[in-house]
Amino acid sequence: MTLQTMNALDPKAPQAEWIADWFWLSFWLGVACFIAFAALVLFGTWRAHRRDRRGESNELSPATGRNFVIWGGLAIPLALVAILLVASTINDRAIARSGRAGDPLTIEVRGHKFWWEIKYRDPLNPHRQFTTANEIHIPAGRPVRLLLESADVIHSFWVPNLNGKVDLIPGRTNDIVLQVREPGVYRGQCAEFCGVQHAKMGMLVIAHSLGEFDAWWERQLLPHDRPSDAIALRGHDVFMRNGCGTCHTIRGTDAKARVAPDLSHFGTRRTIAAGTLPNSPGHLGGWISDPQGIKPGSYMPAIPLTGDDLQAVIHYLRGLR
Amino acid sequence: MMRVLCVAGSLILGGCEWQADARVANAPHRSIPSAHPKDAPAAMRRYGCSSCHTIPGVTGARALVGPSLDKFAQRQFIAGRIPNEPDNLMHWIQDPQGMKPMTAMPNMGVTDDDARNIAAYLYGLQ
Repeated sequence: MTLQTMNALDPKAPQAEWIADWFWLSFWLGVACFIAFAALVLFGTWRAHRRDRRGESNELSPATGRNFVIWGGLAIPLALVAILLVASTINDRAIARSGRAGDPLTIEVRGHKFWWEIKYRDPLNPHRQFTTANEIHIPAGRPVRLLLESADVIHSFWVPNLNGKVDLIPGRTNDIVLQVREPGVYRGQCAEFCGVQHAKMGMLVIAHSLGEFDAWWERQLLPHDRPSDAIALRGHDVFMRNGCGTCHTIRGTDAKARVAPDLSHFGTRRTIAAGTLPNSPGHLGGWISDPQGIKPGSYMPAIPLTGDDLQAVIHYLRGLR
Repeated sequence: MMRVLCVAGSLILGGCEWQADARVANAPHRSIPSAHPKDAPAAMRRYGCSSCHTIPGVTGARALVGPSLDKFAQRQFIAGRIPNEPDNLMHWIQDPQGMKPMTAMPNMGVTDDDARNIAAYLYGLQ
């Protein structure tokens, strides 16, 4: 599935369509006002010039002047603003009510500086739950309700193709509905300034067909087995020895910390560092070697590794599928 | 006096420039025929070259993990020990681990065409 262009004016969900429609309404009303004003200015200039040449006065009669003010300054603006207000209210209600019917799937999203923690729970069985990061997989054709919380400061969840912005506020749970009709990949990013790497706090929303989503879910639930090839085994050893497990989790291993993105099934992810770079061996090597060079002010330190250890870790992480 | 200083200064600075141009003009000529160097920057950003190297003309390639690739056309060695020649360069891009075990540069699955284009691009960095 290819990545859609991140564009609020290219809606791929009903909520984004309503928002885009309202935008175009206000845009064209604005264009009409602009044309009307420009025409008035040009007409006024021409009229003044003509009257000057004829030696006539350029004054408007008091009645005409009053009409301009009442109609042009009060009545018409009020009407336009009323149109926009009504349209906006209808939109907001539609968005607020959407996604309640049709058995929405609930996913928990927790914002961190500068990454997204995503938790999936089976509502019928509390033991079946897993955490992932920076990629939100959802089923197409079924409404999804994201519960939005923050671990530190105010962030904002924005996937322009799918819906508007909803803040993640510490101490509070907000929610937003994603309702994608067809499978696809959509990019989103943090929309509330949260610190030095706010600009590189992106995420992907990946919508699957229902069957594919279930398969993805079951696979994510699985813990990892001990690696079977020597280089991956060395990579795991390098990972643990250098303290990576003191921040990251890899399910099935002794790496169980939660202050950094969960790296279980990392090999299936399309991006690293919250949408900053593609997940390729070259980019991964550069990221691990010098995270501060790529995302200065993020919280991952540089871990000095020999060339061989670096290759082993890259191989290990990309093998987590 | 000022005039003498200005003329002398211009000659010195001009002379440095002349030296640099002479260096470029007399450097070993390295080129790759039948390549499309214009396709290289996008490929380099895709594979990840930009995350380890500083590469003139490639957006976002400002990294300090590997050596800068500035003036690569004039460099005499690849990776500190391999003569900088077209075949060696393309081979290196596709299999650094084979050519220099223990290097930090990973094998990135670079295709033959991409290696050709990237090498041609690097040989355009005078």
